[in-house]
Amino acid sequence: MTILKELKPGNSLNSVKLEPVARMDLIKYAGASGDFNPIHTIDEEAKKAGLPGIIAHGMWTMGNLSRLFSDYTENGFIEDYTIRFKNMVFLQDIITLNAVLRDIDGKRMHFSVNATNQKNQKVIEGTIIFKQY
Amino acid sequence: MFKAFIGKRSKGVENIVERGAVKKFAEAIGDLHPIYVDIEFGKKSRYKQNIAPPTFPRVLDYGMIEDFYLPNVGLIHGEQSFHYERPLLVGEKITCYTEIKDYYEKKGNHGFMGFLVVSDVGEDENGHVIFKSNAVVIITEEVRKVLTV
Repeated sequence: MTILKELKPGNSLNSVKLEPVARMDLIKYAGASGDFNPIHTIDEEAKKAGLPGIIAHGMWTMGNLSRLFSDYTENGFIEDYTIRFKNMVFLQDIITLNAVLRDIDGKRMHFSVNATNQKNQKVIEGTIIFKQY
Repeated sequence: MFKAFIGKRSKGVENIVERGAVKKFAEAIGDLHPIYVDIEFGKKSRYKQNIAPPTFPRVLDYGMIEDFYLPNVGLIHGEQSFHYERPLLVGEKITCYTEIKDYYEKKGNHGFMGFLVVSDVGEDENGHVIFKSNAVVIITEEVRKVLTV
């Protein structure tokens, strides 16, 4: 595990590569979050909406990305987490979660974060401010 | 189309950060870290309790804004942010409400687009804000047609 205090601007947290996106992942997220928009779970509804197939909830990907910080809850907490949804995530996509420290401002560590697919396209991108205790 | 709703907010709804809901959510985002789900681990932590993952507030009930309706389909989630004063604790009681912060329209290459900014807020029992979560929802031409019929 990376020791947070030793990170310097430009350093990354260890990236995490997820298993290929499965329909069951999205069914579980729909159930847990209460977001039952059918374009995330039912093929015909996705096609009716003009999509080639079902797509992951943007919030599923955003939810996954914050795990890069879950080991550090004794050191601080995520004060701000901002994401722009850039590309759709389809079944079988292989998502990688990334975080790079940009700047340290007193107790606040500013990270650039993103999730990329197997084509190295960013699917979500944003910032996390981790406030140390 | 939604300009009249700017500044409107729902009545506060009492929520409890339920242990079961947190566990189900943590599992759904692939993050079953013990700080979220293991009772003993939570007790030994600085929080003396388990906490909820940062994007958990999506699960909570924020109530309804009177006469405000958005269809479930055809919307694009453009941006999302969370701001925390501290992590949410499992078992705590919070009051949640939602507010329409802004609405503006643009004409682009793909025709009309509306941008709706919705803010979800959670407060502790003393009325102090614990978190604010802002969503930018993009409303496309197709959705507008449905809404104006």
